[in-house]
Amino acid sequence: MNCKYACNTVEHGVSRRAFLGGAAGMGLGMLANPLLAKGLNSQQKRVLVVFLSGGVSQLETWDPKPGVVTGGPFRAIPTSVPGIHISELLPYTASWMHKLALVRGINTKENDHGKGSYIMHTGRRQEPANEYPHLGSVCSKLLNEDKNPLPGYLNITPNGSGGQSTKDAAYLGPKFGSVSISDGKAPLNLEKPTGINTEAEMQRHLLRQSANERFYSRRKSAMTEAYTQTYDQARLLMEKRGLFDITSESSKISDRYGKHDFGRHCLLSRRLLEGGATFVKVSHTNYDTHHENFDFHIEQLGEFDRTFATLLEDLDTRGMLDSTLVVVMSEFGRTPTINRNFGRDHWGTAWSVAMGGCGIQKGAVVGKTNATGTAVVDREVNGGHLFHTYLKALGFDSKKNFYVDQRPLPMADPKASPIEEILL
Amino acid sequence: MQKEEKKDAPKPVEPAKPVAPSFPGFDPVATRLSKEFKHTSALLACRYEPSGKFLFTSGQDNTLQRWEIETAKKTDMAGHSSWVRAMVFALKDKILISGGYDGQILTWNYESAEPIPMRQVLAHQGWIRALGIDNTGKKLVSCGNDGRIAIWSIPEVKPIHSWQGHESHIYQVAFHPSGQEIVSVDLKGMVRIWDLTGKKIREVEAKALHKYDAGFGADIGGARSLAFSPNGSSLALSGITNVSNAFAGIGNPVILLIDWATGKITQTLAPKEKFQGTMWGVAFHPAGFVVGTAGGNGGMLWFWKPDQPNDFAVIKLPDNARDLAIAPDGKSVAIPFYTGFARTYDITPNLNPPKEVPPKVVPPKVVPPKT
Repeated sequence: MNCKYACNTVEHGVSRRAFLGGAAGMGLGMLANPLLAKGLNSQQKRVLVVFLSGGVSQLETWDPKPGVVTGGPFRAIPTSVPGIHISELLPYTASWMHKLALVRGINTKENDHGKGSYIMHTGRRQEPANEYPHLGSVCSKLLNEDKNPLPGYLNITPNGSGGQSTKDAAYLGPKFGSVSISDGKAPLNLEKPTGINTEAEMQRHLLRQSANERFYSRRKSAMTEAYTQTYDQARLLMEKRGLFDITSESSKISDRYGKHDFGRHCLLSRRLLEGGATFVKVSHTNYDTHHENFDFHIEQLGEFDRTFATLLEDLDTRGMLDSTLVVVMSEFGRTPTINRNFGRDHWGTAWSVAMGGCGIQKGAVVGKTNATGTAVVDREVNGGHLFHTYLKALGFDSKKNFYVDQRPLPMADPKASPIEEILL
Repeated sequence: MQKEEKKDAPKPVEPAKPVAPSFPGFDPVATRLSKEFKHTSALLACRYEPSGKFLFTSGQDNTLQRWEIETAKKTDMAGHSSWVRAMVFALKDKILISGGYDGQILTWNYESAEPIPMRQVLAHQGWIRALGIDNTGKKLVSCGNDGRIAIWSIPEVKPIHSWQGHESHIYQVAFHPSGQEIVSVDLKGMVRIWDLTGKKIREVEAKALHKYDAGFGADIGGARSLAFSPNGSSLALSGITNVSNAFAGIGNPVILLIDWATGKITQTLAPKEKFQGTMWGVAFHPAGFVVGTAGGNGGMLWFWKPDQPNDFAVIKLPDNARDLAIAPDGKSVAIPFYTGFARTYDITPNLNPPKEVPPKVVPPKVVPPKT
């Protein structure tokens, strides 16, 4: 279901945008996807999703099975929580297990990248007639204050062109869509053009505001609302552009995160969360290891482990971890069977997710797979259960509805429920 | 203009059929399966014991297996807590030395009825992918994912010297046959030659053996196998090249030959027919040809003359090959497989070739006319 607009015509949108750009004299249409920041509200709840794209192996991370035919070459190591062992590829994360929880009984019954990703982002299976909002959009709607200069759903991607994905918000409306930050680079045109002083900038803003209000009074829609918010955010973001400048961090700090892309992106995540962001998703690519799964997991998790532990430490040190829901997820796990090319293939049948922080029990484990990791034998859950859990951890009643045109739309899959054992 | 008369035209000379090179006592073209050994787990590596009585393999169940070649009797050898791909023999002390992905070096009394680990040393932080033994059998060299190279005394496995050799994971290490130099190769195809004190003598970039796949954000490559020519003048490295998709293993098997004296890459050995996969094993045969085996889109075993880029003989294997060892008498090649089989292939002339069976003549089916 899409958000209703008063006017769906492309022409109308373009002419209005063109008018605003022309009136302002600086082409603010370039700032269709602004990011604005404000100081940290210590009471604010936030979400950090670390998405290990391609499908990280549960056997090489959260649910190792050393010594069995499916186990692979890696051993399990003890963690800071007695009795919980994880893969030896995560020694730094292991020392933070007392702040994390593991869900080891996930069965999403989905081995397709796109469909698995959809389940993990929305808590629902894809349906031909319906679109469901991403967790980031839901959090943007529920948690983000209207006056927050930062967009509610920030998506730091390893590459791509950046921009906004209104589709992620589905029926919630375009203003809750994700804003991509490609390779951690700040959105374009955050600098004030030379020759325009503060007074001129204010006059330009007032003119635009006046035009907006006149238009808004006659043609109010989700889209026009998003346009207005976009321009307001853009103004504030220009003053907060320093948030994106990770070079302002000391070399000691950037060394702790790592000089690689994922390190830079996680450092930016911390700065954005600290700067008031509501929902930040940072992706690490890639784990789709059909070939030489073990070599590639050494490489990729070698980057992930230390960086992720550093991010947890920094959130904790700043007193932000208990109010930040942290989730490490993938679109699925990987097959217990090791294929003839030392690879593991797609596997949605029995895999794991790690989470921690806001509303999550520290050092908990729920769910269990069998000795060889081929099936869930205790407390099987799916993407719907996880979605309910995230919302409840943030303090929301996940059984409630959103209302679009007075029509109730469940926040999370009504067939699932929160994983209470892992919640505080 | 006079027309050329066809009947007077000289007959085109048929190109000479390629003649397989001759190696007295050996005939790679006639390569054929000779023995099969079956383990319960996928196999990773294999080595012949120097007397030729035993073949040793390693499996994904973390064990080694000793196979009595004549009887196929198997003895399992447990001791490592991870996979093993490195095995060398110290002849004088009659010990097998294994290096595992658990970072450990183990020594085994391999002739004993039930071999057990005699010494167990945590040698590296992270995987040991290769070991080398010098020509006296008294020095062992190891390498690890920690980037370190270490020399050990044998049979004690006491450290003599170690140093940080590479910035990325080390895939291969070996003594030069002279025993005076060491070669190491890392994931990024960097080949480094060292003296025994750890002083770098020279380095060679084997760029063909490495690619950073930007799409997946990961490096793929390294030398998956290494061999010296019998006189030590040439070094062979095998791996994967032309990688277009690292995580699907889309690339081609390759062997690089490097002149030891100059450090120059002198030859690139590749299959004549295109094949997708990784060259997991390479060896110089004492008769002068190079043997390579690959796994990927199936398995293959190739034979090259070192001065020719394309193979002169090839046989298709029943599955992905994962390593290669030449028997001490040179008469056979052993290969471990994913399916748990270790197979040996006879490369001597076939004195009893199978008779060619004429194709069966099948009479055409007579279809009765429709009524």
